[in-house]
Amino acid sequence: MIELGKYAIPVLAAYAVSAVLIAGLILQSLAANARARRDLDRQEQRDG
Amino acid sequence: MSIWEYANPVKFMRLSGRVLPWVAIGAAICIASGLVWGFLTPPDYKQGATVKIIFLHVPAAMMAINIWAMMLVASLIWLIRRHHVSALAAKAAAPVGAVMTLIALITGAIWGQPMWGTWWEWDPRLTSVLILFLFYLGYIALWSAIDDADTAADLTGWLCIVGSIFAFLSRYAVLFWNQGLHQGASLSLAPGERMSAVYRYPLYLSMLGFGLLFLALVLVRTRTEIRRRRLAALIAREVRA
Repeated sequence: MIELGKYAIPVLAAYAVSAVLIAGLILQSLAANARARRDLDRQEQRDG
Repeated sequence: MSIWEYANPVKFMRLSGRVLPWVAIGAAICIASGLVWGFLTPPDYKQGATVKIIFLHVPAAMMAINIWAMMLVASLIWLIRRHHVSALAAKAAAPVGAVMTLIALITGAIWGQPMWGTWWEWDPRLTSVLILFLFYLGYIALWSAIDDADTAADLTGWLCIVGSIFAFLSRYAVLFWNQGLHQGASLSLAPGERMSAVYRYPLYLSMLGFGLLFLALVLVRTRTEIRRRRLAALIAREVRA
C-alpha cells in the first residue's frame, strides 16, 4: 500500500487535475483531426 | 536530402503518418511507467509524500517553456522563409503549451500550499510563468481572430517573438532575481544540490514521456491544420468556379 499520509489530498488532487487536462487535450486533438479528415474526404469526393 | 523538403505538406503528411503511432506508443509507455514509478517512490525527508508531485510539475514546467521555444523557431522559419507547415506547427503547438503551463501552475500551487503555506506568491518565477500562460492564451486568441491565414501567421509570429522574453524569464528568473520562494533548478548538478537517484530516474522518464506526448500531439494537430487549410482551398476554388 502506498503511504501518502497527511498529504494524500494534495498528491491525489495534483494527479487527478493533470490526468483530466491531458486526457481532455488528447481527446480534443483526436476529435478535431477526425472531423477535419471527414470534412476533407467529403469535399474531395464531391469535387471528384 | 534537406530538412526543408518536409515543409512540403504532402511529404510532411506522409512522414508524420508513419512516425506518429510509434511516438504515441513511446509517450504512453514513458508517461505511464515514469508516473507509476514516481508514485511508488518513498516520501522525502523534508517534503513528505508531496515529492510525488514533481513527476508532473517539473516535466510540465519544462514543456511549457520548451514548447514556446519551439513555437519561436517555427515562427522565425515562417517569417524568414515563408514555409506554411512551420506556421501551422506553431499554431498546433500553442494549445499543448497552454495546457502544460496550466498543469505546471496548478500542480505548483497544490504543492506550495502544504510546503510554503500559500497557494500563490508573486515570486519572479511564478509570475513570469503566469504571464507566459497569458501569452499562450493571447497567441491562440490572435490566430482565431484573424481570417486571413498568412496575416494571422505574421502577427502571431511577432507575438511569439515578444512572448519569448517571458519564456526566457520564466526559465532564468530564479537566477536573475535571487529572491522569492521558488527554489533553483530541480535537476541541478551542483554538489549537495543533486536530486537523489530514487527520484531522478523516474523524473527523467516522465520528462521523456511529456516530450514524446508533445511531439505526438503537435503532429496530430499540425496534420489537422493542414487538412483544414486544404479544405479551405478546395471550398475557395469551388466558390470561384
